[in-house]
Amino acid sequence: MARRKFDTRSITRGVISIVVFVILWEIGSRSKQWLGADIFTPVRDALGAMGFKKNYLPWIGAVPAPTEVLQAWAGVITDPSYWLSWYKSSLRVLAGFTAAMLIGIPFGLLLAVNRTAFGIGFPVFEVLRPIPPLAWVPASIIFWPTQELSIAFVTFIGAFYTIVINVVGGAKSIDVRYFQAAQSMGSSKWDIFRRIILPGTLPSIVVGAAVGMGITWEVVVAAEMISGGGSQTGGTGGGGLGFFIWNSYVGGSYQQIVVGMISIGIAGFISSELLRTLGKYVTPWLRLR
Amino acid sequence: MPQAAARGAIRIDDVVKIYDPDGAAVMAVDHCSLDIEAGEICMIVGPSGCGKTTLLNAIAGFHEITSGTITLDGEILCDTAHPKAEPGSDRIVVFQNGALFPWKTNLENVAFGPTMQGELTRAEVVEKAMGMMADAGLAGVEHNFPGEISSGMRRRVEIVRALMNDPKVLLLDEPYRALDSLTKSVMHEALLEIYYKNKVTIFFITHDLEEAIFLGHKVAIMTTRPCKPKKILIVDIPHPRDYSALTSKRFRELMEETNEAVHEEALKAFEAGEKEG
Repeated sequence: MARRKFDTRSITRGVISIVVFVILWEIGSRSKQWLGADIFTPVRDALGAMGFKKNYLPWIGAVPAPTEVLQAWAGVITDPSYWLSWYKSSLRVLAGFTAAMLIGIPFGLLLAVNRTAFGIGFPVFEVLRPIPPLAWVPASIIFWPTQELSIAFVTFIGAFYTIVINVVGGAKSIDVRYFQAAQSMGSSKWDIFRRIILPGTLPSIVVGAAVGMGITWEVVVAAEMISGGGSQTGGTGGGGLGFFIWNSYVGGSYQQIVVGMISIGIAGFISSELLRTLGKYVTPWLRLR
Repeated sequence: MPQAAARGAIRIDDVVKIYDPDGAAVMAVDHCSLDIEAGEICMIVGPSGCGKTTLLNAIAGFHEITSGTITLDGEILCDTAHPKAEPGSDRIVVFQNGALFPWKTNLENVAFGPTMQGELTRAEVVEKAMGMMADAGLAGVEHNFPGEISSGMRRRVEIVRALMNDPKVLLLDEPYRALDSLTKSVMHEALLEIYYKNKVTIFFITHDLEEAIFLGHKVAIMTTRPCKPKKILIVDIPHPRDYSALTSKRFRELMEETNEAVHEEALKAFEAGEKEG
């Protein structure tokens, strides 16, 4: 059977698209240097007429160039507190995400298989679900004894709802014929749970985990910015990547802001890739689609 | 293999099924009586949506009947007092669009029934499964997932999975509906071959008259909703049959004899559909 091979063509495309993106960014950011040339007089006038500043391109011209960002990155890469930020944020994501999986999957399965549990649990769940995770930040700081726990709790909230919704939806959409077939062949209720409901829900769990992981990174950064991320106790690095960005903003280092942003992008990408790989491993039968 | 045809006689006696979804009672099966002998291939022919599957679900124990009695080898499966039969491994369904578990390999699927029933050791189950798969021309795909093989092969895997339970009755619900006609012809012979080896009673739902006459000892042509036998045809072409039977004179005669009855019901079903739509 043909399994999907390592596709060099799509990798080439990906590399090219990133390189082109970086080059355009560099050119745009350096607009202060080249926009002064005589041939661009009409462009400058047009910018002025639209209410923008005349000496650089709007938006992109205000962003630090990739080369400057790289320099700033080289500056922090040897700084332990930068890596501590990575470590802290990853730890919080991992804690919140793991808790969300450990509680969310059984809870979702319970809602899916037990009508009484669904009747009792689902309305409460649905009322709490629309509350954005960040709205939990102040309450969370009050609830939990440490800053660390309150941030982990908010990341937990971020992933929990998505995971539960996916588990419930996945388990409920399992084809009734699978249950009938299993029942005919003499399966007990426990067999049906273990051999039909669990594997049947697994693809939805994987999807829920991937989406939940993405939300977790969004939430952790914002939570760190708002709460100061425990920087009081851990020094500048103790705040995590969110606080790293906030701190760079306050300190006026715009290059470092971008370093922080890209760091989060990379962290999120690594997490998704790990989950995707794990997801393929636990659902081998979907690989052939 | 089990002694030929000593078991698996189904008697459907005066069965009524009324669906009452939202007050508007719909009669799906109307005082239907039908005898199926042990080891017989009984083909149920009728237009789509006529209520054939309702009958199958009642035998399998997936749905309740409203009144009447269904017995298997003299034992009551369901009657008016106990309207829902207990599903069991003596009656295995092969579903219309297939119900192989996609997350299990073909071998694990085939081994599922005996594993659940726990009468054999793991090694015995695997050995039996491998043997039966090889007999059905499925050697080589044991460790593939159902999604990796052709739909014709999937049907065969599902029939083997059913037979692994050593059932008295196989209930087939238009199993070849989605197959192209060439695959279908191969599957017909494959089914007969499996049948000659195993001699179970086969309750086979279809809307294809040619398929019905080619495979069946008995063909029950059903009326459209509510469903009951309109005409019962005994196919006197001797078994074992192969595809040459299709072009025989007797086959054509039987086709002519029944075609009109089927067409009449199809027309009625079509008109009823027009009205509802």
